[in-house]
Amino acid sequence: MIDISALHKSFVSNAVLRGVDLTINSGTSTVIIGGSGTGKSVLLKCVLGLVKPDSGTITLDGEDVARAERDAFLAKFGMLFQGGALFDSMPVWQNVAFRLLRGSLKRPASEAKDIAIEKLRRVGLTPDVAEKFPAELSGGMQKRVGLARAIAAEPQVIFFDEPTTGLDPIMSGVINDLIREIVTEMGATTMTITHDMSSVRTIADRVAMLHAGKIRWEGPVSEMDSADDPYLRQFISGSAEGPIEAVR
Amino acid sequence: MILLAPIAALGRSTLALMASIGRVAIYCAHTLRHIFTPPWYPKEFLTQLLQIGWLSLPVVGLTALFTGGALALQIYAGGSRFSAEAVVPSIVAIGMARELGPVLGGLMVAGRVAAAIAAETGTMKVTEQIDALVTLSTHPMKYLTAPRVVAATLCLPVLVAVGDSIGIMGGYLVGTTRLGFNPSNYLHNTVDFLEFWDVASGLVKGAVFGFIVALMGCYHGMNSGRGAQGVGRATTNAVVSASILILAANYLLTELFFTA
Repeated sequence: MIDISALHKSFVSNAVLRGVDLTINSGTSTVIIGGSGTGKSVLLKCVLGLVKPDSGTITLDGEDVARAERDAFLAKFGMLFQGGALFDSMPVWQNVAFRLLRGSLKRPASEAKDIAIEKLRRVGLTPDVAEKFPAELSGGMQKRVGLARAIAAEPQVIFFDEPTTGLDPIMSGVINDLIREIVTEMGATTMTITHDMSSVRTIADRVAMLHAGKIRWEGPVSEMDSADDPYLRQFISGSAEGPIEAVR
Repeated sequence: MILLAPIAALGRSTLALMASIGRVAIYCAHTLRHIFTPPWYPKEFLTQLLQIGWLSLPVVGLTALFTGGALALQIYAGGSRFSAEAVVPSIVAIGMARELGPVLGGLMVAGRVAAAIAAETGTMKVTEQIDALVTLSTHPMKYLTAPRVVAATLCLPVLVAVGDSIGIMGGYLVGTTRLGFNPSNYLHNTVDFLEFWDVASGLVKGAVFGFIVALMGCYHGMNSGRGAQGVGRATTNAVVSASILILAANYLLTELFFTA
């Protein structure tokens, strides 16, 4: 279980997170929605320790992430980045097996490669992709490779940062379905950041809306459409009219 | 208040400069800590040896060849004013080994390597590859900075040694084909007047310059701003700061080695 309490983060005079409280139960898929620039990615990076919060606490299974041993803590996580963030100096299989080729999870290269090819197959890519370099792949294929890398070490917790950004609707649907299947199959705890409502409906067990640095609404995805929060309703409908300013 | 504005601006600039020096010093200290503590990444180190050392050979070699030749012509022209043409071989050798080999080699490598490192790490930062490294339990300082700095520190002395040899050969070719020196006498004069410390001091300078080049490339790349403009600025800053630091370090090392 990930428990976020009274989390604050400012960049110079810009207060991005203003007291975020959120609990993500083990084995559930939580999707964080919210407009661009509302601090969704900052929240995710605070959990991972990529950004240091100004105040507040984040615990994973009761352990304060700020005091946890970094390697052991990060070994529990997998992450799919918005742009894929694949290492373009190495072939696809080495990207997928990166964690398996070094550090505490290191194993022989041949075994790591077999696992990488298996994970690539799991995300719908053929073994011949393994020897290619990221620059040779389309955006959708890069996302799949990023997804394969995120699940390669079978982490307990997986983060997805805007998994469908920049993809066409069909490829977005494929990635959403893949994420849902993998999450269910692995039983992992997941946190997804998106403003793509089709992703929300496919991936989420629970939804949390971040607005003005705080969690504005939180609940099961089944209750999202019937919620009467005006901010959430405006966001779901995509209307320019409502309490959320259209021009930020 | 208007009269105080220039003083305030000077104060702000001085504080900004001091803050920059402090940040570089802290980055340098972190780099040294990560160089000497595991885990190490030998494959990355070998890749950087190839990138920084082997692939810089043509640039350093050509620079040294033409510099050695031009130096021979200049010393001959200057020396002829007081009938000292005979010093061409020894001055070419000493000049290349002590000064021109390490400084020009360092500057050429700064242009090639510091720019490449800053562009690569800057792009990695902008495209979240550095964040990805962290989430994959890999420290960017250990994986990116340490191998590059160690490789450049070890490669530059070798490049300087090769550059010295090629530069002296450039002087020899010009001396014997254009200036009428006897080949055998030219070589004798070169060897007789060149001392061990002339060469060794240049190699030590090379190691220091290599450290500076890679450190500046990594520092500016890791602190790159967003987008293409940020990476471009980081690349420019890496080359400019590495070049200035090389020239400043060269003066300090020369003071230390030859006047102390």
